[in-house]
Formats: sequence, C-alpha cells, structure tokens
Amino acid sequence: MSVKSKSIENKNNFNHDERLKKVSGLKLLLNRPELGALGGAILVFIFFGIVAGDTGMFSAYGILNFLDVSANLGIIAIAAAVLMIGGEFDLSIGSMIGFAGICIAIPAIYFGWPLWLSIIFAFAMAVLVGYFNGILVVKTGLPSFIVTLAMLFILRGATLAITRLITGRTQVPGLRVLIENDPLAWIFATDTFKWLFTWLGSMNLIALRTDGTPLATGIPPSVIWFIFLAILSTWILMKTRYGNWIFASGGDRNGAKNVGVPVGRVKISLFIGTAVAATIFATIQVLDAGSADTMRGTLKELEAIAAAVVGGCLLTGGYGSAIGAAFGALIFGTVSMGIFYTDVDTDWFKVFLGAMMLIAVIFNNYIRRKVTESK
Amino acid sequence: MSEYLVEFNNISKFFGKVIALKDVTMKLKKGEIMCLLGDNGAGKSTLIKTLAGVHKPDEGEIIIEGNKTIFDSPKDALDMGIATVYQDLALVSLMSVTRNFFMGREPMKGPPFLKTFDIEKANKIAAERMGQIGIDVRDPSQAVGTMSGGERQCLAISRAIYFGAKVLILDEPTSALGVHQASVVLKYIVKAASQGLAVILITHNVHHAYPVGSSFTVLNRGKSLGTYEKKDISREKLLSMMAGGEELNKLEVELQEMNRTS
Repeated sequence: MSVKSKSIENKNNFNHDERLKKVSGLKLLLNRPELGALGGAILVFIFFGIVAGDTGMFSAYGILNFLDVSANLGIIAIAAAVLMIGGEFDLSIGSMIGFAGICIAIPAIYFGWPLWLSIIFAFAMAVLVGYFNGILVVKTGLPSFIVTLAMLFILRGATLAITRLITGRTQVPGLRVLIENDPLAWIFATDTFKWLFTWLGSMNLIALRTDGTPLATGIPPSVIWFIFLAILSTWILMKTRYGNWIFASGGDRNGAKNVGVPVGRVKISLFIGTAVAATIFATIQVLDAGSADTMRGTLKELEAIAAAVVGGCLLTGGYGSAIGAAFGALIFGTVSMGIFYTDVDTDWFKVFLGAMMLIAVIFNNYIRRKVTESK
Repeated sequence: MSEYLVEFNNISKFFGKVIALKDVTMKLKKGEIMCLLGDNGAGKSTLIKTLAGVHKPDEGEIIIEGNKTIFDSPKDALDMGIATVYQDLALVSLMSVTRNFFMGREPMKGPPFLKTFDIEKANKIAAERMGQIGIDVRDPSQAVGTMSGGERQCLAISRAIYFGAKVLILDEPTSALGVHQASVVLKYIVKAASQGLAVILITHNVHHAYPVGSSFTVLNRGKSLGTYEKKDISREKLLSMMAGGEELNKLEVELQEMNRTS
C-alpha cells in the first residue's frame, strides 16, 4: 500500500539530485518492514502447496483451521508489535490471557453474573493491568522487560491462587450454556459468512458432513478480530497523529519529549493495548472452549514477540509494522497446523519457530543499518 | 517598543555554592547573529538552558519585545518564540523526514473525532521547506538516518523556524560536522537571520563563528568577558580571550592545521 505511494512520490521528484542512484522498485520494497514476513509467508505457502497440496490442508476446513490458529496468535502479535514500535515489551501477555479467562469464568459461574458483565469486567481488569504495567515502566524508568516479567509471574500466580481458592480446581467449565442470548458474547463467539459456506456446501464445492451440512461452518470470530485489528493498527500507525507519536516514542524517547510528544501517555496506552488484546484472545478461546483454564496462554507472549520480530519490528523500537506482525502470525499458524499434514514430526515445529526468528532478527538488523546509515 | 527583540539582563544562576553564571547580559536585534563563545565549562550549557526555560535565572531579567518575561518551562519559552535546537537535534533517525518535521505537531484533516494525520500536506511542506534551504529531499518519506549531519541540522533548524521561532538558540550546530557540511549549516543560519530572526549561536569554534556573527559574547568561568561588535574585535583577539593567552600558541598551530585541511 505505502510501497506504491512511495514509488509514486519518487517519480514525481521535485528537482533531481544527480548524485542519487536510481532507486529500483525492489529496493524500495526492501525498505518496508513487513517485506521479510510477506516473503516468508509466500515461501511457506509454496512449501506446503508442494508437500501437502493433495492432503486436506487446503480444503475449506483445513484453511479455516490454520487461519484460526494464525488469527489467535495474530491478535496478540499485532498489539505486541505496536508496543514494540513504541519501544517497549510486554512479557505478561500470556499470563494476562489466563487471568482474563478466569475473570470471565468465575463471576459468570460462581457469582451468577450475566456473561456480558463478566466480559466487561475482564476488559476493565485488562485496562487496569495494562495501566499498571505502563505507569511502572514510565515512572520508574526500568526496562519493560523486567517490569512485565514480574507481572508475568504475579498474574499467573494470582490466577492460579484465586481460582483454586474460589473453585478448588484449576479449570472453570460450564460457560457454553451461557453464550446463547447473551447480548455481548456473540461478538466473540459467532462464526460469520455461514450462508456462504452453506451455499458452497450445497454446490458440492466444499466437504460435507454425513448429514449434509458443510464441515466448515463459517469464518471463526478470531479471524474477523484479527483482520479488524490488523487494519485498525495499520491505520493508527500510518494515518494518525497518535501513530506518529508511537514511532517517535520508540525511536527516540528524549527527542520525542523535547518536541512535545507525550511519551509517557503513549507508552501507557500501548501497554493497555497489549493487555486488552490478550483479553480479546482469552474471551474468544474461553467462549469457544466453554471453559477457562488457569494455564491458558502460557508462553504466548514469546510467540507474539517472535511473530512481531518476524514481521519486521526492531527490538530497539521505532520501526516495524502491524501488517508484518500479522504475516508473522500467519507463518507460525500455517506451519504449526501444516506440519500435521506432512510426514515431518511435529516436534520440529519449535525448531522452525526459533530458526525463523533468528533469520528475521539478522535480516532486520541489516535493514536497520541500511535505513539509518548516512550517505 | 524596545529596539531589541530579546534582552537577557544580568542573568545569574547558582547551583548551591557554585556560581554557574554571574551577570551575563546579551541583547539581540532582529536579524542579528550573536555568537556565544567559550571553552568547555565556561557556562555555555547553563546559559542556554536558562534562556530556553529549563533553568530559572536566580538573578536578572529576560525581556522579549519590551516585555519582562519569566519562563516557567521550556514550553513557555517556545510559546514566546524562543526555540532551542540542542545538539541531539530531537530527530528520530528511523522516521521519515516528514514525520520528524511534524513530530508532536502533526497537521490534521478530516471531521472531528476522526481526524487523521494529513501526510500529503506534511510531505509537501517538508519538501518545500527543505527545498528553500537548498536541501533536495528526494523523497520526504525517506528516513532521516539517510541524511548527512548537516542536512539533519538544517532540518532541525528549519523545523524550529516553521513553527514560529523568533529567537533561535543553536547549541554547537557545527561541532560534529565536516568543513563542507558546517559551511552549509552556517550559510543557512545567515539566511535565517536575514529573514528577521535573532540567532544565538553557541560554539567553541571561532573559525565557524567569526564569518557569520554580527556580535560576539565570550564566556569564561561563568562570567561574560564582554560583548563585541564584529568591527571592534579580530578573530585572533577572540581566540585569545576564549582560550586564555598561554594556550594560544598551541591552539594556533592546531587551528592552522585544521584550516589547511579545509
């Protein structure tokens, strides 16, 4: 999108500097942070197209399957990416997922709250946790890595302790019956475009169950949220004043402050963003599974950061893209599901994840040098 | 109305027992470039920060366009048209020229609550402004990191002027630059002054200051050694005032060396 506008600007050059080499379109593309992840995603699809093309992976059901996994990761990866552009980390995302889950389940099951109120309560807690993370980082000046690592343990421990105290167990089932007729839950629990799948099924274009209904019933809510958040975050980063402040806060905190950017407020709001994204993730999963589990979301923060890094975010902040993180999540989701369709042992997935991230970091480092070097 | 755009009268600043500044007086008219010279530790930084509103002076007064003023914060000074470009320039090298130019003060468009950053307008203004000072930004969406040190300095100055600076305080704008780059920046400073700005140029490089300055104030150990019109003082005299006589010989050799390479 902005690749295109960039090349146009380049053509309508004002007064050309003869010392400037012609910049090819490819070179311009190389300057985009999401390029690596886009290329990676294409390679992954080509790979599975060859290796697993004749399996069920690319059936409607298979596609929705890996899209769902990608989308879930993508929801938190996008928020993590925007926070990383703002110059900070949030390691408490995974614990926040578990915490948000029981914030929904315990009031709904044990206190008799309506589901919608429990969901709102969970989001309110997310805002609180995010605000607390943010204010701690901004006021103390400590690295967010340490502050949110502490929060990782605190939240996970509190989730476990509170759940066991109230319920005597570590899982809270029984939510499924509450979803129906709830005024809020459908936003996180409805498959969309069902008519399309019914129609495709009736035309015998996609696989059917024995009762004649299509195997894939609709687009899962995670995918809709994922796309919505990817568009929203990209719009914020590229098109709003607040977006400019995010880049500035992450790129040079003091410089941004000196020209009047409210760096503290920007960072706090981004921490709230990651906690809220974790809660969206948790709500979708809890309603889908019908139960909350205190261990839900474990290690998700690292996957989210890995996806953001593969998507072109620099660990030092000030550079990256939400679309890149979305592609990063798509790569991980596709591989983690696709590996089942190949003969490769699924144990190798983590090896792939690590290697992918390593390559991405080396690539990003090179890009950063390119971007910042003086002529 | 006062004939001076800005007056700093008998400014003193103490940090506990330390007298950082004592009775420093500077007056600037429109279009004037005053060079503030001094060796390291002479009190230049303290003076800049006092002028910029970071420190409050313990004694003395600041008069802008005839009105006595007290700055409570750097923002106050900025609102009164006193803009300071520090050595770090407040530029983010990973961000584009445009995004840097308008950082914190982005032009907006669109209906209320849905206002967006008007990037086309911003690109146009940034390219135009940089073009005016002879810097051809091929592409205003290119990262500032790709610009040379001199271009970055000019961008920071140009930004301050665009946002309404009347008095420009420049902290060592040429210290990190090569000879050619420095001359580009100095040329731009002269041009800015000729458009009616008052410029305070802080430097310890007499060779950069002398050609562009209209008056010179020398600071030494927190005190002003006086302000001189250009016609009243020679480059050599300035040098010896700054460095102290005994170090002059050694310095001169070095400076000649520098001149040869330029």
